Amino acid sequence: MIPQTQVSRRGFLKTSTKTAGALILGFCLGTRGQAQKQASAGDGLVFKPNAWLRITADDQITVLVEKPELGQGSRTYTPMMIAEELEVDWSAIHVEQAPTIPSIYQGLRTGGSGGVAHTFSPMRKVGAQAREMLITAAARQWKVKKEECRAENGAVVHGPTNRRLRYGELAGPASELPQVNPDQVTLKQPKNFRFIGKPLPRTDVPSKVDGSAVFGIDVRVPDMLFAVIARCPLFGGKLQSFDGATAKIVPGVRAVFPVPPLPRRFNTAGGVAVVADSTWAAMQGRKALLLRWDKGPGSRESTESLRKLVEERAAAPPTFIVIDRGDAREVLAGPVKKVEGHYESPFQAHATMEPMNTTVHVRDDEIEVWSPTQFGDEVQKEIVELSSLPTEKVIVHMMLCGGSFGRRYQWDYAAEAWQVAKEIKLPVQLVWTREDDMQHDFYRPYNYQRLSGGFDAQGKLVAWSTRVVTTPISGSNLYTGFTESLETLKDPATVAALEWYGADITPYSIPNFRLDYSHADSVVPRSWWRSVASSYTPFAKECFVDELAHASGRDPFQFRMDLLADKSPEKERLRAVLQLAAESADWGKALPKGRGRGIACRAGGSYSAQVAEISVNDDGTVQVLRVVSVVDCGIAVNPDGVRAMTEGAINFALTAVLSGEITIKDGAVEQSNFHDYQVLRINQAPEVEVHIVPSLEDPNGVGELGAMLVPPAVANAVFAATGVRVRRLPIDPQLLKRSKS
Amino acid sequence: MTSLAITVNDKLYRIEVPPETPLLWVLRDTLGLTGTKYGCGMGLCGACTVHLDGESRRSCQTPVSSVGAKKITTIEGLSRDRSHPVQRAWIAEQVPQCGYCQSGQIMQAAAFLASTPHPTREQIDEAMNGNICRCATYQRIRRAIQRASGQNGR
Repeated sequence: MIPQTQVSRRGFLKTSTKTAGALILGFCLGTRGQAQKQASAGDGLVFKPNAWLRITADDQITVLVEKPELGQGSRTYTPMMIAEELEVDWSAIHVEQAPTIPSIYQGLRTGGSGGVAHTFSPMRKVGAQAREMLITAAARQWKVKKEECRAENGAVVHGPTNRRLRYGELAGPASELPQVNPDQVTLKQPKNFRFIGKPLPRTDVPSKVDGSAVFGIDVRVPDMLFAVIARCPLFGGKLQSFDGATAKIVPGVRAVFPVPPLPRRFNTAGGVAVVADSTWAAMQGRKALLLRWDKGPGSRESTESLRKLVEERAAAPPTFIVIDRGDAREVLAGPVKKVEGHYESPFQAHATMEPMNTTVHVRDDEIEVWSPTQFGDEVQKEIVELSSLPTEKVIVHMMLCGGSFGRRYQWDYAAEAWQVAKEIKLPVQLVWTREDDMQHDFYRPYNYQRLSGGFDAQGKLVAWSTRVVTTPISGSNLYTGFTESLETLKDPATVAALEWYGADITPYSIPNFRLDYSHADSVVPRSWWRSVASSYTPFAKECFVDELAHASGRDPFQFRMDLLADKSPEKERLRAVLQLAAESADWGKALPKGRGRGIACRAGGSYSAQVAEISVNDDGTVQVLRVVSVVDCGIAVNPDGVRAMTEGAINFALTAVLSGEITIKDGAVEQSNFHDYQVLRINQAPEVEVHIVPSLEDPNGVGELGAMLVPPAVANAVFAATGVRVRRLPIDPQLLKRSKS
Repeated sequence: MTSLAITVNDKLYRIEVPPETPLLWVLRDTLGLTGTKYGCGMGLCGACTVHLDGESRRSCQTPVSSVGAKKITTIEGLSRDRSHPVQRAWIAEQVPQCGYCQSGQIMQAAAFLASTPHPTREQIDEAMNGNICRCATYQRIRRAIQRASGQNGR
């Protein structure tokens, strides 16, 4: 889901595995010398054609997966891609997390829904390279032509004689061969895929039903201690003084000491650390601390002040103009039938079920780190920079993540864990309580959008303008000296693309279009939250399309189809998902009174259309009954994975539509746990129907896709059911209760 | 510190902890049974669900001294080989994504099905409403519970 213009996020990811050059190191690992060394080690022969594969003499195949597993399925789609070209039985494959050695593994990170797209070609080459070497080894052994041999189900077969050699039997001879150039191997045609495109069970599921899966917070090493940090509740506030005497007498508490804030890429708040024998004792110790804070620069900030600010910024000249096609402003000022709308969505928390945590052991000459992270190499880099140790002396274990949704894209909690552990010299697990997690997140930006559209005398939509206002991700955390400045906002092609991506109305055909952007200052830390700007731009854009359709007396589905009428591959693809969504969701069929359907769509990368069907309860709350989602993501590598991601993303976003909101008072977050940040529960979860469009195009991401269209689809359904236009999320039940009575 | 004896997954443990320590932290930090998860510490999310004499209980809200002679079952003890019908259904329906909440979901579902072998969808929603899944695997949870109860999951 990374747009072309989103250079910074992309550059930041540095997921350069699309280029063959990035793979050279990893592909050159399995040299003859190494293989022989391995052979003489006495524990059986291992064929290592490259850094991602090990094949042992007893036919065990181990795949080293670079991408962290956050629930998105990296430990399944990666081996699927490799197995496809390697020609092995799925059950023979074992999966391990690749070690954090960025000089070899350059994809130890995931984000922007890019995991599948970035690995699709490189990981198939990993399998194909090994396959070619195994075939060569067999052909040599049989003294036959390579062309007479084929790979099949974990063995090489000599066609004319039907002789077979298992991969395990070839591990030794293959290790003696020179490396095959991965860029010169032939990859399968999609029509011949055996694994890719089939709904395979996830490799990690068995360990997730019996408690054996080890998440970051489950790390247990000998002599370890547990820690929590008391942080200033006000953003930017600092420790003035503290008294730890009463904390130290809590049974199990071992140490109490201050930790300074770290003004880093992702800053840490600083505070007072309490280290104890157990997590519980550390929490009790923290409760006993006497703390005094300097309030810092943000103590006057509140949700009300932000609301005022974003409205002001929407009316003032923009920070910059993003797109100006034709002359939207002039046309809208002229003799047109004008429609205007505004849309607002507040801060949102990630609220992963596993709170932030990291375990660190600082030894004399090296540091070992166990972190649930979306970004293993950055965790390593951060601790290398903080500790001044060489990279190879900072060992980072990328642990299973109990959800992420963008939160584990920051590594502040790993830096904090190092701050605590370096004072202790024993392994220490820093745990964030749920309250810490809720109140010290990096939140989805607060945003406000103002839109205008104009119809000419013939009823043709001729002009559209959008102003996007956000508390930008770029420029976040300025108060602690974070180096990225608001200057970055002056370059819309780079960092600022994060703020408005998805607000471009393309591929709708509207001759005059203007998109501009204004920033609003805030002390609240912000960052990526599942689908980033697309968590709010489609809300405004697709609701406004709905408004325009109604203003012109047309059906919202047909109105969209008309705006996409002419021929272009992009429009055809979008029309196809819209059409299928409308048909599957019984668009146009009558519904009982009080129910409504809403539709929304998006193009670019993966294409999607969604129809939501809702009813309004007597108390004004919205019940989402059914969501139909059509997904065109190119090849669906694991269709069941695509379905699972889509179901999950839709329900994740519903939290922000129905109930979730982070509010600010006196420069601090008001919510603290799941009683006041209300995330979606099972009784609110609709039936989600996912339709995957068959495709032979290269795959695109789906981790965020489902989340983008739920806000407008539901809000448009509310309008259809009640005639009330939702202007702000989450939907205020009072608004709809009034409409019912 | 108090000396206590508790039975977890049919094994007797002698522990020395402050008596008010929640069972959750005894399981995780004292006994190293990390399958039971911390999610909220307030009984709001269900990630810490275990069985006490077969009934579901939020271990973060259960002082270890209150357990007495009741038998504690955690996810590690639900079956020896993932053979409990709920575990089998969870695999068949491919429920977990990140998987963090699933120990609690499975323990809640297992206790629920023991008392309500053939639940309706409404009963499932009611019984599972205290268990948050942020990956929002809810629709697969419903199907898996129906499957485990012998009803067609789809």
